[in-house]
Amino acid sequence: MATVTGGRLGAEAAAAEYLGRVRPATARSSFWRKLRRDQAMLLLAAPGVLYLLVFVYVPQLGNIIAFQNYVPYLGFASAFVGLDNFRSLFADTTFWSSVRNTVVISGLQLILYFPAPIMLALLLNSLISLPVKRVIQSIVYLPHFISWVIIVALFQQVLGGAGILDHFMRAIGQQPINLLASPPLFKWMMTVELIWKETGWGTIIYLAALLSIDVTLYEAAAVDGAGPWRRLWHVTLPGIVGITILLLILRLGAILTVGFEQILLQQNAVGEDAGEVLDTFVYFHGIAAGQWAPAAAAGLIKGIVGLAIVLGANKVSHVFGQQGVLS
Amino acid sequence: MIFMQSTRPAWMERPSRTTLTAKFIVLALIVIVVVYPFVSVLATSLASEQDITNGGGMVLWPVHPSFDAYTTIFSAGAVAHSIWVSVAITAVGTLLSVAITTMLAYAVSRPIMCGRLILTMALLTLLFPPGIIPSYLVVKQLGLLNNYASLILPVMLNAFNFVVLRQFFMNIPQELTDSARIDGASDLGILLKIILPLSKPVLAVIALFYAVTTYWNSFFPALLYLSDNAKWPLQLVARQYVLQGSPMLGSTAYGAAASAPPPTQSLQMAVVVVAIVPILVLYPFLQKYFTRGVLTGAIKG
Repeated sequence: MATVTGGRLGAEAAAAEYLGRVRPATARSSFWRKLRRDQAMLLLAAPGVLYLLVFVYVPQLGNIIAFQNYVPYLGFASAFVGLDNFRSLFADTTFWSSVRNTVVISGLQLILYFPAPIMLALLLNSLISLPVKRVIQSIVYLPHFISWVIIVALFQQVLGGAGILDHFMRAIGQQPINLLASPPLFKWMMTVELIWKETGWGTIIYLAALLSIDVTLYEAAAVDGAGPWRRLWHVTLPGIVGITILLLILRLGAILTVGFEQILLQQNAVGEDAGEVLDTFVYFHGIAAGQWAPAAAAGLIKGIVGLAIVLGANKVSHVFGQQGVLS
Repeated sequence: MIFMQSTRPAWMERPSRTTLTAKFIVLALIVIVVVYPFVSVLATSLASEQDITNGGGMVLWPVHPSFDAYTTIFSAGAVAHSIWVSVAITAVGTLLSVAITTMLAYAVSRPIMCGRLILTMALLTLLFPPGIIPSYLVVKQLGLLNNYASLILPVMLNAFNFVVLRQFFMNIPQELTDSARIDGASDLGILLKIILPLSKPVLAVIALFYAVTTYWNSFFPALLYLSDNAKWPLQLVARQYVLQGSPMLGSTAYGAAASAPPPTQSLQMAVVVVAIVPILVLYPFLQKYFTRGVLTGAIKG
């Protein structure tokens, strides 16, 4: 910059001063100067920050009751009991059964649901006709926007007591069955419902990744004699592996979170043994039965395990040379 | 000729008849599986007692269609009231949510003091969301139990929507805002006159996400915070009547003089339809923006 004439440099400096965000901060007064410079922006951010503090960070502090013998009228002044709540939780068989149910449902969803949007996206991507593709996309995205209350109602109408399936079984002279009230099938049905609701919506991300694959790669592969399957293996799949790993990490982080509203709505048809998951455990024991502290402890464990899995999986994906969630 | 993009590229071989048939069957099945429950619910809501008896529960085509079920649920009782509650919560909540998210995202999209800290604060909520019990205690401490504000305030800001919006704002060329600043526009002026008009599509998607998933469709916040069931929104009332099978009509709704009430099955399905219709109405207008709305956040966020 030394060669630039003085006048030009001066003008640039004036512009930078005017823009206000380029000039490096100097010395003592910089805090107040920055505060004055950014006051409008900080005011804009204020409601959001206030929200985060009150409804996200204060509740995080509230996790402290997991270490207390919490009594509602004493509030946070209740006596500290160290890890007693965790000990009683670990001795509670219903807690472990809820952990087991959660992990089994998550596992089923990971194996059966997770690949579904990838396969549907590949299928949609292979369609030549754009109008047909658009119509199908519009249809399969729709269930994502339907609430769990309504989806459960739809499933009950079709697979439940008075539904089509029941009808069909009667027509062919078999015992009528209610798939939604069968404890052994409960976890499978939760997975089927999730697949019905979210597979279509899940394709959006993969379809975009597929569209961003360079067409010349396909051309070159075809010229080199690669058939459709080899192109799929050597061009298409490498093109979506990054986003797949990213979504897999996020999915793993949510392994202790299975559709809370979904299960809360249907649990009473199959009972606690088959249908209690961690979130419903926390809800029923804490809010409904008033065992605040152990329930908060269970919630805290869930949060920490989820965080640990995301960070761990992220680390692993870095080791394998993938980008991961957190750069 | 109209769909030039729809032609097969030269390098791609023509698929065999078997492949085409298989593809067609799979896609047709998927479409049927998605559409069938909707059709069946709509038909049942319009069906008469006789249709339902003949169909053994669910109906695919109402032979004697009537809107009795709809007039009944709209004219009396808890369902009609809950619809208004849901509409009001969704309208007010979406407005507040979009406003607070936009303001925060805009502020953090510029290099301001503490910007990094605020961004981290928002992103951490994705990794470590607050638990049910502590959230409940906070709402209780604030005296918001049984108050409609409890359905809006605790869920007002969604970190994912925030990330999408911030990313969008950051992609708006800096030259645009800089030149406005040199012309003397304030930060707020730039937001209102330049950023927001450019962001209409993404704001529409964010508004849809908030309206549908955060407000209209959720029932758990209401279950958690509203113990007075006269205040319940539609989803919770739907749960009570449709899933738990509580009788929907009090003795007042149908006096001795009235004709026979519509069949329970129709009433239940009419509630389901009412819960779905607002989404179906908005859907066609917004779906072309879905990809943009989901992707700006997901891939670059």
